[in-house]
Amino acid sequence: MKMHYGFPIIAGLLIFVVAITAPFAVGKAVTKQYKQPEPKKVVGEKECIESVEFMRTEHMQLLNEWRDWALRDGKRIYTNHAGKQFTISLQNTCMKCHTNKAEFCDKCHNDAGVSPYCWDCHVQPEGLK
Amino acid sequence: MNALYSLLFVFLLVLIPLFGVDAAHLRSIFGVCIPMTAFIIFLVGFIYKVITWARSAVPFRIPTTGGQFKSFDPVLFPQNKLDCPQTGAQTFFRMVLEVFAFRSLFRNTAVSLHENNGPVVAYKSSKWLWLFAITFHYSFFIVALRHLRLFLEPIPFFVHGLEFVDGILQIGAPTMYLTDAGLVLGVLLLLGRRLINPRINYISYASDFFPLFLILAVALSGIYMRYYAKVDIMAIKELTMGLVTFHYHVPDAITAPFFVHVFLVSVLMAYFPFSKLMHMPGVFLSPTRNMPNDTRAKHHVNPWNDPKIMAHAYADYEKEFGVPMAEAGLPLDNPENGVPHDEADA
Ligand code: HEC
Ligand code: HEC
Ligand code: HEC
Repeated sequence: MKMHYGFPIIAGLLIFVVAITAPFAVGKAVTKQYKQPEPKKVVGEKECIESVEFMRTEHMQLLNEWRDWALRDGKRIYTNHAGKQFTISLQNTCMKCHTNKAEFCDKCHNDAGVSPYCWDCHVQPEGLK
Repeated sequence: MNALYSLLFVFLLVLIPLFGVDAAHLRSIFGVCIPMTAFIIFLVGFIYKVITWARSAVPFRIPTTGGQFKSFDPVLFPQNKLDCPQTGAQTFFRMVLEVFAFRSLFRNTAVSLHENNGPVVAYKSSKWLWLFAITFHYSFFIVALRHLRLFLEPIPFFVHGLEFVDGILQIGAPTMYLTDAGLVLGVLLLLGRRLINPRINYISYASDFFPLFLILAVALSGIYMRYYAKVDIMAIKELTMGLVTFHYHVPDAITAPFFVHVFLVSVLMAYFPFSKLMHMPGVFLSPTRNMPNDTRAKHHVNPWNDPKIMAHAYADYEKEFGVPMAEAGLPLDNPENGVPHDEADA
């Protein structure tokens, strides 16, 4: 049987299909091939505060805990799993090794679509954006 | 019982990827093959369903109205343009409010019976269902849109905007999203309604409970992944971008919670075209909402009438059957039609 309201239905369906398949079109036409960003390597240091896997997935949680420990509990020393001690500080610990925010933190964050609001207050080192 | 079976089935669905990935190492099956297949089923099934609906017979105007029709005295009885739309534009606005604001649910009423020198029926506005539904649907919609950050590079501005507004409370890191809470709360309320209200429980099938449990499981697995299990998002973006650019690759850093989440979403996508969830396109095709109430103003020709069958006006009908009608004692508009032909000729 023929369609009675064919035009609006097909038009609506078309809009939906185009919208939902748009990521494929954009991926093929604009992105072409995607590689994970490579944050800038740290010179002179071998290890982060914890293992790389841990840092990659849990650094936001760690920073959140640091903030609470430092400001609520007054605990400003962090002992990592290997027993090494670090001063709890975003600017003076993380950013001492990862000196370039734009080439390190932002590399991932741009691709992950997050923009941590920490830098509204905390001073960022070089690589100001 | 229906609820229990649905819940058990969702548990089973969680176990499949856990075994598949951890024990059987089918990482590319669960990371690429199943999601892509599910997406294709979703797309083809969705289109197929809508096309079959578009090809089915369209009824005569059957809008449900809830307001004053255009009257002889428009000052005394003004037309209710949204509840009794009579033009295309009025119907359009009615549909816009239906789709974006769930207006039908907003106008929901609860009936109750009271005893006051005899039974008294009372109707009162009942907005709970509307509240649950709107919380749930908008949260789900925003959550889905936010996922675009994993499927687009560069990420468009509105995804950043959503991310910002959604995380405006800045609770914890990663920041808590309001829609995460809204989605879970919404599903729980809709589920609770079916479980607790005996009348609604009575009419609920497994096909009502299963989507709710499935969506709840999708939401909880996503929340677990983001706030508790912590997955490597950059590795996941490599996988998801691989899907949309057709360069499939499953990085080793991705852990089991991600596969559980993706498997549940795949089940949801594959199930979608065959389920009540098709009310998503269906709401646009609701004949009780998308038709203007203009039967008294416009002549409607039944679209599947055979054009060879000619119209037969009553005047002609009476001319043809006037004699037997007169014999049966039926009243005639024109008494001459009741006189037998041979007598009239004579
Ligand atoms: C002592 C110097 C040092 C400090 C302090 C430090 N890092 Fe690191 N970080 C490193 C090194 C070195 C690596 C690279 C490790 C590797 O590649 O094996 C690294 C890796 C990382 C990674 C993973 C990057 C990648 O390429 O996958 C993240 C995320 C990270 N650090 C975040 C932080 C945060 C957040 C802090 C503060 C809480 C911090 N780091 C403090 C030295 C440091
Ligand atoms: C409203 C401004 C503001 C924002 C936004 C903010 N901070 Fe802070 N932060 C402070 C202040 C003030 C201190 C106290 C400094 C001190 O006592 O040493 C502090 C201290 C900290 C500390 C411990 C001490 C130190 O020197 O670093 C950590 C860790 C920290 N913040 C992490 C974060 C993170 C992570 C974010 C983003 C998610 C963030 N902060 C956002 C104002 C802010
Ligand atoms: C390996 C890539 C990577 C690197 C390097 C990295 N981050 Fe992140 N970061 C992420 C991802 C991915 C998220 C988002 C997590 C999510 O959305 O669940 C994130 C989120 C955060 C958040 C929480 C933001 C929010 O609003 O939810 C903070 C704070 C943060 N990162 C701080 C840092 C700092 C400071 C650095 C540099 C020292 C850094 N990160 C380097 C990948 C990275």
